[in-house]
Amino acid sequence: MSLTLEQVHRVAHLARIEISDAEAASTLGHLNEIFALIEEMQAVDTLGIEPMAHAQDLAQRLRADRVTESDQLAQRAAFQAIAPETEAGLYLVPKVIE
Amino acid sequence: MIEHSLQAIALSLKSKEISSVELTQLYLDRITRYNPQLNAYLTVDPASSLGQAHAADERLAKGEGGPLTGIPIAHKDIFCARGWLTTCGSKMLSNFVSPYDAAVISRFHAAGAVVLGKTNMDEFAMGSSNETSFFGPVHNPWDTTRVPGGSSGGSAAAVAARLAPAATGTDTGGSIRQPAALCNLTGMKPTYGVISRYGMIAFASSLDQAGPLGRSAADCALLLNSMAGFDERDSTSLNRPAEDYGRELNAAAGAKPLAGLRIGLPEEFFGEGCAPEVMHLVEAAVDEYRQLGAETVAIRLPSMGLSVAAYYVIAPAEASSNLARFDGVRYGYRAPDYHDLTDMYCKSRAQGFGSEVKRRILIGTYVLSHGYYDAYYLQAQRIRRLIANDFAAAFRLCDVIIGPTSPSTAFKLGEKASDPVQMYLSDIYTIAVNLAGLPGISLPCGFAGGLPAGLQLIGDYFTEARLLNVAHRYQLATAWHLQRPEAFD
Repeated sequence: MSLTLEQVHRVAHLARIEISDAEAASTLGHLNEIFALIEEMQAVDTLGIEPMAHAQDLAQRLRADRVTESDQLAQRAAFQAIAPETEAGLYLVPKVIE
Repeated sequence: MIEHSLQAIALSLKSKEISSVELTQLYLDRITRYNPQLNAYLTVDPASSLGQAHAADERLAKGEGGPLTGIPIAHKDIFCARGWLTTCGSKMLSNFVSPYDAAVISRFHAAGAVVLGKTNMDEFAMGSSNETSFFGPVHNPWDTTRVPGGSSGGSAAAVAARLAPAATGTDTGGSIRQPAALCNLTGMKPTYGVISRYGMIAFASSLDQAGPLGRSAADCALLLNSMAGFDERDSTSLNRPAEDYGRELNAAAGAKPLAGLRIGLPEEFFGEGCAPEVMHLVEAAVDEYRQLGAETVAIRLPSMGLSVAAYYVIAPAEASSNLARFDGVRYGYRAPDYHDLTDMYCKSRAQGFGSEVKRRILIGTYVLSHGYYDAYYLQAQRIRRLIANDFAAAFRLCDVIIGPTSPSTAFKLGEKASDPVQMYLSDIYTIAVNLAGLPGISLPCGFAGGLPAGLQLIGDYFTEARLLNVAHRYQLATAWHLQRPEAFD
């Protein structure tokens, strides 16, 4: 199978990556080469084979739902110090609701 | 001193032959001198490193030191280290000073090791040549017109040029073993779950595993002893009793130290696809193992040929999900101009990520999208199971599997940079190990045209100690791993 230019634009939008027409065209070529490699898989009969999501078949560990961080205000300040834009402990983004 | 093993360095520190401050300064001076040719380090912070070295000297003076106390170690820039720029090789994180330490960093701090610097890498660990780094390619110390391998290429180049006694790396599809092979080092990817991924920037979470890059198996054992251990902050960390990974190295042995060891030689590793000069060296290494007492058995891994295809579905799928967090809101790069929230996301990600990272996000988004999930993602996971089953069957016939690490020696910078598929195929011998979650190690096995080649050993789950010993016995009998690039004396 091959992707179309329209599909590249659609996937880029789903991935929230702006892509120009020129970039989409060159990306399309590379993606189709990669998908040609991936297509090898389709010839393999995997009927009845259980998909393997993970190297160790373990159950996810659970933990108590409680706060474990100490000094939360200092932690928040340290993490917000590296944010592009904050105000009064909040992360700022462009207005979403008019 | 720069040729000392980690054990010998520790003895020199304990006997006050050298202090940690002096040792750290020695390496900082070498970095100043040689790094401009190699671009192996992205960040050095002499004040911070020397401060840690001073603290280590105080510990040593009180007789409190352990095997790594006072030893400077370079860390791949994928590990968050508090107060250090942690870029993951990306413009997206070019301004990210980590507010916390990765588990691996914390464990080295507890051991008294010194952070010598942060090393260059392929962007978000996506690459096999270190050419996808936003901060420029790393040059191979054996030939600076060639790649060091990737994605842990900066760590490999640093250790190979003796700009660090040892380094950390991460391996999602071969990113420790392949650069080890191309730079004449020993590098290990442990069993998935042995080392905590906490604070290690995620690429493909079901495959990513940290590990050591050193000059010998004995050095790697010491590093692994510090790196491994249960961590409740990583949901895939395995809660197993602590072990000494070097416990087999000092056992007395005669002329046949590996008598009784069954080495599996997979047909798929010894067929077409490997450069003849590399294959010749691998076959000579197999002969050396026979001299050491091991017996060899022919085995098959019939689904291995599908590993690259399955990997390039699974790894991008997981990456597309993991890298969704980079949105310009809480940390990292935000585009300067945008007109609304969606536009801010799209522009920040378009400008912050390089082309290989974008390509993999797009592949991952596509294979997980409606209508394609079963045909790609689930099929890849079924093939992953077939590959793991192949290894399980093989380990009923043998104890260790041997083959090449990489199908060629180091290639020229730029040679494969514009051809993603050719680049992906350079990991053909390493990827299956990550898919199955097994431990693997690469060790030097000789030179072709002045360039090093790597031998790969693969073991069953949790056989790191045995793999390290099998590598160590070869290193006692050979001197390949002691060779170093002449230009960096």
